[in-house]
Amino acid sequence: MDHKLTYLLRQGDNALILSQQLSKLCGKGPALEEDMALTNVALDLLGQTRMWLGYAAELEGRGRDEDDMAFLRDAVDLRCCLLVEQPNGNYADTMMRQFYFDTWHYFLMQGLLTSTDRRIADIAEKSIKEVTYHLRRSGDLVVRLGDGTAESHAKIQAAANALWMYSGEAFLYDAADLAMVGQGVAPPSETLRAAFLEHVAEIFAEATLTMPDPAAWMQRGGKQGRHSEHLGFILAEMQFLQRAYPGAEW
Amino acid sequence: MSKEWPLWEVFIRSQHGLAHKHVGSLHAPDAGMAVNNARDVYTRRNEGVSIWVVRAADIVASSPSDKGALFEPANSKVYRHPTFFPMPEEVKNL
Repeated sequence: MDHKLTYLLRQGDNALILSQQLSKLCGKGPALEEDMALTNVALDLLGQTRMWLGYAAELEGRGRDEDDMAFLRDAVDLRCCLLVEQPNGNYADTMMRQFYFDTWHYFLMQGLLTSTDRRIADIAEKSIKEVTYHLRRSGDLVVRLGDGTAESHAKIQAAANALWMYSGEAFLYDAADLAMVGQGVAPPSETLRAAFLEHVAEIFAEATLTMPDPAAWMQRGGKQGRHSEHLGFILAEMQFLQRAYPGAEW
Repeated sequence: MSKEWPLWEVFIRSQHGLAHKHVGSLHAPDAGMAVNNARDVYTRRNEGVSIWVVRAADIVASSPSDKGALFEPANSKVYRHPTFFPMPEEVKNL
């Protein structure tokens, strides 16, 4: 597969799957205000998905559109990180997954602002304000839960530890990523990872949380299409309608 | 500690409006989160450029039963309206 196409699918699929995960919480948030905030983030990510997958479909040149890319590709063809397919769990799990994702996402979008691919730079430009708010919000909630009650602290620390092994995959560059760095399309992994670790350390210090070991072994495979079992269930729900009633519209 | 988050009143200044206008209320544990929540609940459709939040408990309101004493005396004093003075053409929006 073309390296740029792979790169676009990775970005689009991350946003798509995380959006779907957050959408499942619509109407189930711990408070009306939180519920709407989460749904806003889900919608932001879905908007970003459309830009990434729309571009990917065009580049692919097989007559597919953004909807085909989202609803008619199976798990092995998806290129999202393992992090975004992890279950919503309790609210600490949801927020910690979001915080790890937002931190990486924010620094990536910043790096993509100067991408040599004009269209990617435009997507980053459109996304960066949304992503800036996402990061501010999830960081704020991590601090509140970490520096909150004994119970909230225990839950968010447990989430931080459990999800940590999924936080590093985005920084493990393979041939496709490196080709994008070589063309000036994508920022290098080292600068992104340094910025990620620094921000996580800063927020965790404020949240009185213990930061997991940055040198710990990281789960990998999602970016190459080797996913956890969770993704199959996510797709079964998300793609059911288009699979059962092909071409259905509303 | 009360389980229920305190109530906040939300005021938004719209794109064109001059003053902040009351748009509704929400629950939040403190001022910072009240502003965040106001952004998420009340500015989803591009309504505003600025947000104020005030603890509902901090608002001092007039009592509805005082309506007569407070407002009715003004009913019969039309001369307080500045409509009896000729205004120059150049002065608009007064």
